Amino acid sequence: MTETPFLPLFILLTSLLASPVLFALPETAARLRTGINLGVAAVKVALVAWLGWKVGQGVIYDVSFTMLPGLDFKLQADPLAMLFISLSAILWLITTVYSVGYLERGPHRARFFGFFSLCVAATVGIAMAGNLFTFLIFYELLTLATYPLVIHRGSAEALRAGRIYLIYTLAGGLVLLLGTLGLWVLAGTTDFAPGGILDDVVAENRLAAQMLFVVLVGALGVKAALVPFHAWLPIAMVAPAPVSALLHAVAVVKAGAFGIMRVVYEVFGIETAQALGMTAPLAAMAAITILYGSLCAITQDDIKKRLAYSTVSQVSYITLGVALASPIAAVGAMAHLIHQGLMKITMFMAAGNLAEGLGVKKVSQMDGVGRDMPGTMLAFSAAALAMIGLPPLAGFVSKWYLAQGGLDAGYGWVIALLLGSSLLNAIYFLPMLHRAWFRDGGARDQTPARRRIGWMLAAPPIATALMVLAVGGFANAPFSPLEWTRFVVAIEYQE
Amino acid sequence: MTPDLIYGLTGIAVFAIGLVGALCAQDRLRRVLALKLCSVGAGFVLVVAAWRSPPADPDPVPHALVITGIVVMVSATAVALALIRRLQTLEAEDDDD
Amino acid sequence: MMMIDPVILTLFLPLFGAIAAFVLPRAAAWVGLLAVLATGGAVAALVRDVLAAGEVVTQLGGWAPPLGIALRADGLSVAMLAMTAGVGLLVSIGALDSLRDLRERQYFWPLWLLLLTGMNGVYLGTDIFNLYVMIEVIALAAVGLTVLSGTKQAVRAGLEYMYASILGALLFLMGVGFVYLQTGRLDFAGLIAAEPSGAMSAALALMVVGLLLKTALFPLHFWLPAAHANATAPASALLSGLVVKAALYIFLRLTTYMPLPDEILVTLIGMLGAGAVLWGGVQALRAERLKLLVAWSTVVQIGLIFIAFARAGQVGLSESWKAAALLILAHGVAKSAMFLAAGRIKDEIGHDRIADLDKSDIRPTLAQFTFALAAISIIGLPPSLGFIGKWTLMEGAMAAGYWHWVAVTMIGTLMSVAYFSRVFAGFLRFDRMRGELAEHKGWALADAAPLTLAIAAISLGLMAAPILSFIELGYPFGAQ
Repeated sequence: MTETPFLPLFILLTSLLASPVLFALPETAARLRTGINLGVAAVKVALVAWLGWKVGQGVIYDVSFTMLPGLDFKLQADPLAMLFISLSAILWLITTVYSVGYLERGPHRARFFGFFSLCVAATVGIAMAGNLFTFLIFYELLTLATYPLVIHRGSAEALRAGRIYLIYTLAGGLVLLLGTLGLWVLAGTTDFAPGGILDDVVAENRLAAQMLFVVLVGALGVKAALVPFHAWLPIAMVAPAPVSALLHAVAVVKAGAFGIMRVVYEVFGIETAQALGMTAPLAAMAAITILYGSLCAITQDDIKKRLAYSTVSQVSYITLGVALASPIAAVGAMAHLIHQGLMKITMFMAAGNLAEGLGVKKVSQMDGVGRDMPGTMLAFSAAALAMIGLPPLAGFVSKWYLAQGGLDAGYGWVIALLLGSSLLNAIYFLPMLHRAWFRDGGARDQTPARRRIGWMLAAPPIATALMVLAVGGFANAPFSPLEWTRFVVAIEYQE
Repeated sequence: MTPDLIYGLTGIAVFAIGLVGALCAQDRLRRVLALKLCSVGAGFVLVVAAWRSPPADPDPVPHALVITGIVVMVSATAVALALIRRLQTLEAEDDDD
Repeated sequence: MMMIDPVILTLFLPLFGAIAAFVLPRAAAWVGLLAVLATGGAVAALVRDVLAAGEVVTQLGGWAPPLGIALRADGLSVAMLAMTAGVGLLVSIGALDSLRDLRERQYFWPLWLLLLTGMNGVYLGTDIFNLYVMIEVIALAAVGLTVLSGTKQAVRAGLEYMYASILGALLFLMGVGFVYLQTGRLDFAGLIAAEPSGAMSAALALMVVGLLLKTALFPLHFWLPAAHANATAPASALLSGLVVKAALYIFLRLTTYMPLPDEILVTLIGMLGAGAVLWGGVQALRAERLKLLVAWSTVVQIGLIFIAFARAGQVGLSESWKAAALLILAHGVAKSAMFLAAGRIKDEIGHDRIADLDKSDIRPTLAQFTFALAAISIIGLPPSLGFIGKWTLMEGAMAAGYWHWVAVTMIGTLMSVAYFSRVFAGFLRFDRMRGELAEHKGWALADAAPLTLAIAAISLGLMAAPILSFIELGYPFGAQ
């Protein structure tokens, strides 16, 4: 088969074009909708696999057209993009199965799946954006597509959460617009390139470059939920479980973290960022977020809130790995982009199952749920242990590389930070597991909330949990996230 | 003072009076009349533009403009008056209710 | 067969259409639609000619200026004509369905075609007296459209609009008189050739104030919200999307031929724009009715266009007009979509009180979706044309170091998110409904028109590069 430069475009269009079709379908056409959803998601996974294989051989796809003089809309499938695309394509397929099961009888399904599809298109666009301008376009699209998902329930609480979400993310988007404009005015281009594009500007106007860094990373930090811009994330928990799963694992926070990677590696270049003296403060900010998120998680009784604060903490591992400016830490950061997604999506889907099947929404109600829903809770437990960093699970691999990177960069405190964070992870996850497996649920058997969940809810968390085990256990296999990450880091560090 | 200057200043003064009326008057009809004054003032200025010291013939173009202006203003006045009457009827109906 | 000049057709087709629609009230709708379509065809021919030649000049009756009247089409004017024709056509299609009242149906078409005549005349005109006549034609037709519904609020607002509009036109006429006194000419070429003097400055001041009144730049916007909010939906769409743009266009042209004498005046215009953005934003946040909110957003957008004009000071004017023009086009398309959608929502739900939108058990989903799409362009989110306009505005301001304009634009954007999200909350909240959610009433022709416009507002952003190069054809501003 001939190589087409339009392959990235096709991948983008699969979900972008599915969206209006899904909107137009009547509420009652459930079977057709499910067919389209799963069909498109599967096609996308296939296309991404093909793209990944090509990119692995060194092909770089590049599609662009001019939007304003000198300013292109540009899609580019490079190895870093592949990392994010494969995550989103695979998890989209799984989340779609889960959503179909979750929303079986719910209202507004046409709207839900329309925006769901748009949301994934935005994520793919973010991954493949070849310049900051294109990145901005999809970054804003992601905000707009996720807002209706967050407020899907249409309750007062959901709308309040939606408003806060919108204010945070659109304000962040506006600051990103400012930064993109600043980059365009200063550098005359917004193209991503390994090693950065700002060397001339830095030589000329160091202060402007520093301000640009603060503006860009600050703007992206809103979606990446860096403290003090994290407040929206726990509030957005009112969203339905599949949306939370998507928000936390694939789409929103990841878009922020991924954006920070692009900006640090390919706008500034890691050496330039370091020379500007910006990486150390960023690392400090990430460290504070890691500890703060974990501390907050301990006190939450609501399961989803506890998981949300845990996300605040875990996503900052990625930022930390970037900011440590060591290639080994970068491997940890990028691997964690994938690992955290797999772990967190498992936990959110499991939490959704507890709420759906048993009506359990709080940690204090979790007594004995392991006996009631063994499959779901096994998946949850695997992900939780991985999160804590039990070898050889996914979280351990990330933490190991981050710690090595910290030593490599000469920051001994990173070891202490990671140990502390793991301890905190254990403090808030282990009691959940203890309740689930070692306490007696007793009275819950009579609760009316109890109902059987179908395979569409039961299977997805188990599937992702198996992936958590696989990416950790086979971390050194070819095409594992870790291997791919090493490939990407070699490019970004121009080795 | 030459006649054209006197005429021109008068035009400006009339326009100014109209302007004050249009901005300050409360009564609907008065405001229409004030706008009419403005248009008369503007007409004066255009007519002055046609003036040439005798024995030269006056410039015919401004006359055409003034006539056009008058026609426009007549239609505008008619619309305004029609609206005012309509509004009065509507308000009277409301009072009856 | 002799071809008639498309410039002439653009001007006279809607005029004849207006007369025909008036004398044939029973067939008014079809006559009207046909006339708008034909005008669109003439504009398309003009697009072709301007693409080929850069500019097209036609002398009416074969008389050359300064005595005769010349009509000129260049990139910018044809872009305005095309926007007017396109938006006009879709609003007309929407009006076929949404105007149910017989009297409204009868009078809408002649008034709208007369309005189209006036606007096309403005975009093609090259002499200031003709521009005066055209803005009076626009004013009379627009007032007629405002009061079309015949309600007390509409007539009252229409009368206020009438006063403001006539006063603006008369201020402009006074300026025209000054210009003639000074130069003895009325064509644009005469303005360019004129020596700067006190009288010319006074003339410019009178004309500019008149135009600002007609285009409703803060603080001369007082007449706009009530007029635009109380008109029937297609009329609101035309008034907000198209009519205010005519005076804006004249302002852009005039300030090129008669440059503002001092930097401080450019700054002042920008400050007024900033005032509009802030004050209009506050009012939109407080508005209780949907259409009033949309009308206040027009005040904000007009302000933004003037900020674009002033974004890089006097030296930047040779580029800044492009940012203003992009925003004009973006707002024209998006705002007409938004007003039509708001009208549909009001028709379906039966009221447009924002606080009670979520109590309704009828949700006109498609109209609400359209409203949201239009809001994306008006807020200025990518990839809409509104975003491109805002980008261009901020880019120029930043490059010139005028950070205050960047700051105002950002504040305005945040405020627009805040006031539009009030509306979205009303659309999307479901726990206050009075009854079970009723079945959606399905498609209507009146839904298709705004949806098309809203999609256009967003997708035109992807065509920004060709649009930008098109409006520069024929060098609307700046040296050849």
